[in-house]
Amino acid sequence: MGSTSQTAKAGGGRLAALTGWIDDRFPMTKMWKEQVSEYYAPKNMNFWYFFGSLAMLVMVIQILTGIFLTMNYKPSAADAFGSVEYIMRDVEWGWLIRYMHSTGASAFFVVIYLHMFRALLYGSYQKPRELLWIFGMLIYFVLMGLAFFGYLLPWGNMSYWGAQVIVSLFGAVPVVGDSLMEWIRGDYYISDITLNRFFAMHVIALPLVLVFLVIAHLIALHEVGSNNPDGVDIKKVKGPDGIPLDGIAFHPYYTVKDIVGVGVFLIIFSLIIFYAPTLGGLFLEAPNFEPANALQTPPHIAPVWYFTPFYAILRAVPSKSMGALLMGAAVVLFVFLPWLDRSKVKSIRYRGPLFKFFLFSFAISFVALGWLGLQAATPLYTNLARFFAVVYFAFFLLMPWYSSIDKTKPVPTRVTYHAH
Amino acid sequence: MRTKLLVLAAAVAPVAAFAAGGGAHLEHANVDVTNTASLQRGAANFVNYCLGCHSAQYVRYNRMAADLGLTEQQLIDNLMFTADSPHQTMRVGIRPDDAKRWFGVVPPDLSLIARSRGPDYLYTFLRSFYADPAKATGTNNLVLPGTAMPHVLWELQGVQEAVWAGEPNAQGDVRHEFKEFKLATPGKLSPEEYDNFVRDTVNFLVYIGEPAQLQRRALGAPVVAFLIFFTLLAYAMKKEYWKDVK
Repeated sequence: MGSTSQTAKAGGGRLAALTGWIDDRFPMTKMWKEQVSEYYAPKNMNFWYFFGSLAMLVMVIQILTGIFLTMNYKPSAADAFGSVEYIMRDVEWGWLIRYMHSTGASAFFVVIYLHMFRALLYGSYQKPRELLWIFGMLIYFVLMGLAFFGYLLPWGNMSYWGAQVIVSLFGAVPVVGDSLMEWIRGDYYISDITLNRFFAMHVIALPLVLVFLVIAHLIALHEVGSNNPDGVDIKKVKGPDGIPLDGIAFHPYYTVKDIVGVGVFLIIFSLIIFYAPTLGGLFLEAPNFEPANALQTPPHIAPVWYFTPFYAILRAVPSKSMGALLMGAAVVLFVFLPWLDRSKVKSIRYRGPLFKFFLFSFAISFVALGWLGLQAATPLYTNLARFFAVVYFAFFLLMPWYSSIDKTKPVPTRVTYHAH
Repeated sequence: MRTKLLVLAAAVAPVAAFAAGGGAHLEHANVDVTNTASLQRGAANFVNYCLGCHSAQYVRYNRMAADLGLTEQQLIDNLMFTADSPHQTMRVGIRPDDAKRWFGVVPPDLSLIARSRGPDYLYTFLRSFYADPAKATGTNNLVLPGTAMPHVLWELQGVQEAVWAGEPNAQGDVRHEFKEFKLATPGKLSPEEYDNFVRDTVNFLVYIGEPAQLQRRALGAPVVAFLIFFTLLAYAMKKEYWKDVK
């Protein structure tokens, strides 16, 4: 009682009294300072640094719209398709909530891919950020799971056959493959039972894991500090007050900056929702407007665009089990980047031509494979996919070699920043 | 094991895009869902010619009437043949068992047909029936060869015959290269009137595929305008704060 009323008198208003009351019992002000108002981020963070906060925004959008969708969605083979149409037609603003969620799924991958590419550009996975990077990769894996489980829920024909194909990939596991597939489906084929368990995974299991991983990702980030486009460690040069000379408080400087990013993002997001919610079949595929039909496959089965780079690799390999293995490798190899990269510098600004060449080739091959994965496979396309798959893997597997012999430039002690 | 391989093969092997319809060239439907008069005509066409066999089970009568600018009385008098209440959805009179016996298949629900197939497909399909004595229905369709659907609009369009231009193949069949349609028996409508009839009907199908699309597009401009204003304001605020950063 004593200390609370003391604080209240010192601080004046009722709000300060409340803050004091809470701070005596919970480290609210302390956490706010440590994580936000006295978290010093490099002042030279550029365009590429918008996507972390945007990923958080999309996560919140997905959770909120997901809650409202769950209120009207029915996870049963008999009712799922109809309940989605009920949301689209009869639920007040249901169409908007559903389009926000379906567009949000794709937006999540857009911002996460750009966020990951930022890490490649500026070596953000390098020491001491290895664990931060691994948490990030785990978030990405959970996201892939969420997308996969969520895609079955509308119970359209593409949902059905897409799930069929992806589940069958687990059949490539030696010895236990068939049992594993049965265990995942809970049945001998994709059925009502499968839909129910995918629903459980999509609305509670994976979102919980996702939220905890995001918290771990942020704690790790704030422990080691943000990287920057120069790859310079700002903590090495501190002022007399112990604050890095090149650091600025996250709040207000980066909060006001990120709000601008949020505005631009929401403009693009809204343009898609209001004018092109299917984005020409890229975000919502036409065959998915037909209910699941176990007797008829869609004319051309392709996953949604964010999985197609890996799908193209799967199709490019003649042996099915080998294809599944390489597809898995294409996703998992990212985790090992901190140890594959032998370079002494972080940022592309001070790297040599070899790294630039391999990163550029990798980016092109990722987009090319993504496009090829959307097309029906022809001999030409399959050969192209093979070529780009080799380029894709070369980026990772040759990295210990090219990153150690590459001619790097000297890294300055301070970040480059020009005041506007 | 075998089913697994089959499924994988279906996914991995090159799959021909057959559902787009026998390789037939699709004509541009040129529909406009903001054209309410066309939607009203399309609704009348739909309930008179389609709803006998095809349901639109997700489409609610009164919602449709409101979107099409019709009063409840107009709706009841002109468009409600298979329902007793405007709150009901567009159910079908035909029983699935009967349909199966008569046509071999249950006619698909049309609520979302425009979203899954696209307006051009529907527009071309409804204009591509031709006389084929080999078929039980007496007609075939260039877009969906072997379709179980009879040419229910023959009275309006008349009967077309297909003119083939292909070289005879091994079986002496020339019917693999389509040249053009020839109107053998004229119908009640001129070809141009028939095209417009089909266009209105397809327009209505596009509307029922997503009734919210009218509101969706209308809401887009104010939302984006607000967001642009918001972003400019946020940018000005950012500039102000970042003046300190040297």
